[in-house]
Amino acid sequence: MSTLAPPGRRRTRLGWNLLGLVVLVTAGFPLYWMLVTAFKPAGDAIDPDPDLLPRSLTLGNFRRALDIADFWGPVGRSLVVSLSVVVIGMIVGMLAALALSRFVFRGRRAVVVGILAVQMVPLVAMIIPVFLLLNDLGQYDRLTGLIITYLTFVLPFTVWTLRGFIVNIPRELEEAAMVDGCSRTGAFVRVVLPLLAPGMVATSVYGFIQAWNEYLYALMLLSQEHQTATVWLGNFTTKHGTEYAPMMAGATMMAVPIVVLFLLVQRRMAAGLTAGAVKG
Amino acid sequence: MSAADTTTPAKAPPPRPAPPPAAAARPRGRRTPGAGATPWLLLAPCLLILALVMAYPLVRLVTLSFQKFGQPQLWGFQPADWVGFANFSAVLGDGEFWAVVLRTVVLAGGSVLATMVGGMAVALLLRRVSGWLRTLINIVLVVGWGMPVIVATTVFKWLFDSDYGVLNALLSKVPGVGMIGHNWFASGPEGLTVIMLLVVWGAVPFVVITLGAGLTQVPRELEEAARLDGAGAWGVFRYVTLPVLKPIVVMLTTLSVIWDMGVFPQVFVMRGGHPEADFQVLNTYSYDRAFVVDDYAQGSAIALVTVVLLLGVVAVYMRQMLKIGEVE
Repeated sequence: MSTLAPPGRRRTRLGWNLLGLVVLVTAGFPLYWMLVTAFKPAGDAIDPDPDLLPRSLTLGNFRRALDIADFWGPVGRSLVVSLSVVVIGMIVGMLAALALSRFVFRGRRAVVVGILAVQMVPLVAMIIPVFLLLNDLGQYDRLTGLIITYLTFVLPFTVWTLRGFIVNIPRELEEAAMVDGCSRTGAFVRVVLPLLAPGMVATSVYGFIQAWNEYLYALMLLSQEHQTATVWLGNFTTKHGTEYAPMMAGATMMAVPIVVLFLLVQRRMAAGLTAGAVKG
Repeated sequence: MSAADTTTPAKAPPPRPAPPPAAAARPRGRRTPGAGATPWLLLAPCLLILALVMAYPLVRLVTLSFQKFGQPQLWGFQPADWVGFANFSAVLGDGEFWAVVLRTVVLAGGSVLATMVGGMAVALLLRRVSGWLRTLINIVLVVGWGMPVIVATTVFKWLFDSDYGVLNALLSKVPGVGMIGHNWFASGPEGLTVIMLLVVWGAVPFVVITLGAGLTQVPRELEEAARLDGAGAWGVFRYVTLPVLKPIVVMLTTLSVIWDMGVFPQVFVMRGGHPEADFQVLNTYSYDRAFVVDDYAQGSAIALVTVVLLLGVVAVYMRQMLKIGEVE
């Protein structure tokens, strides 16, 4: 750790590195095995004594995964739901975040605490009344119903995170613009919004991931013929039982875009996450 | 969208006597000097949506658990009658329920403990390994963190498959161990350990990365000073590092408890959509009561008990957030 390297330091460093390698393998193996299984011929995958390194690579499993059940339908529905949730969440959430970060008013603290508390309500516990509510509203098995429902977790998270981003933009910037003749709205649009843009992108991407990954509500609130991508993967069985190699191909297809998105925003979101937002 | 239209005019000329009638209900009587109705107008769409999708279902959850609500009530053939505490006495009087509670607490408690201890160990380890290895581990952790839960669950299902799972094959390489064909889910404790591993695998990256960020805030001089005063590695950790990290640790622990009590897809998908009795946790048990047995009232009662169990943890979390001033 220090710049000096007394004798014996090197050996302890080696020990730590060995331990680190164990951590690397433990954390990375499931990811590695998913990829290897996805790309190896299906016959090799069901070898009771599998080779740890792939001998030949194929895209056959991906083709099979796309054939077994409709893939693009669920993906399209997931896209529609996630994008709608993000757009609505951002518009509504931005207004609320502005109110909470730029105005002083009675009841503000109560609303902030409320938004924070709402994120802590376990969603699984709410599935029964939500199901009955959508049933009463005629929204069962409708994407609109699912979109409204997803706002329960995306909206509080969006408000909370955007609020954090806005608070960090000095109010003086806005005031300077107003002194220079901007209206309050003008100052917001011309000064705050450009500074906020990266945070807004990160928040949207994160909200998108949350909505995309949701499983239980998608499973319960939509019938099988309208299933979303996560449910598609969760139900991945055929009349031949579970075909693992195509299933891993499906898992790879689900994971890669989401992980890429996550990598893009993770650094920016990490700070907000510690500050009480939701996990992916 | 329409909300944006109504708020803009109200925002531009502040000394307008009354806001547009559409939004008159909410801000009336809230005459805080300076701010006026504008913040409430901005908040209105958000609060309305949350009232519909959050507050209403929460209230309904409570009322449902005091009603008789099954298939006939769902279809509207019979009205939902009030039954007082009948659902609760039925649920709480059932020995299976307490087995489920115990299982949930053990699963969540074990997961949280393993996540926090493992996460802390890895975060500390990352400070001591070579740079290239640290980068590699960080990449793998972030990728694992970003993995959708469903994907992670299916991958673990494959790793632990009894016939072709790689884990059985690897274990069988150890002399004297024959694990081929071993079914990890034949017994509850063994299967739940696998599920716990899955939960911990998914949860550790967040903890490591957050603690890693926290560790950079621990003043080096303090640790040096403690070392000069004769503290061993454990002493430095116990009396210097840990106290500095305490707020982060409290927050991570409470969040982990809330998340790990909420484990659902991991159990549900791992058991192919029909968890056996040995694998039921509070969430799947409540789901089962409602959607498999068609007793929505008892399902709600179970869910309500879960929420109440969590309230204490949520309180600790909220208090911590208020204390560190995040709320201001």
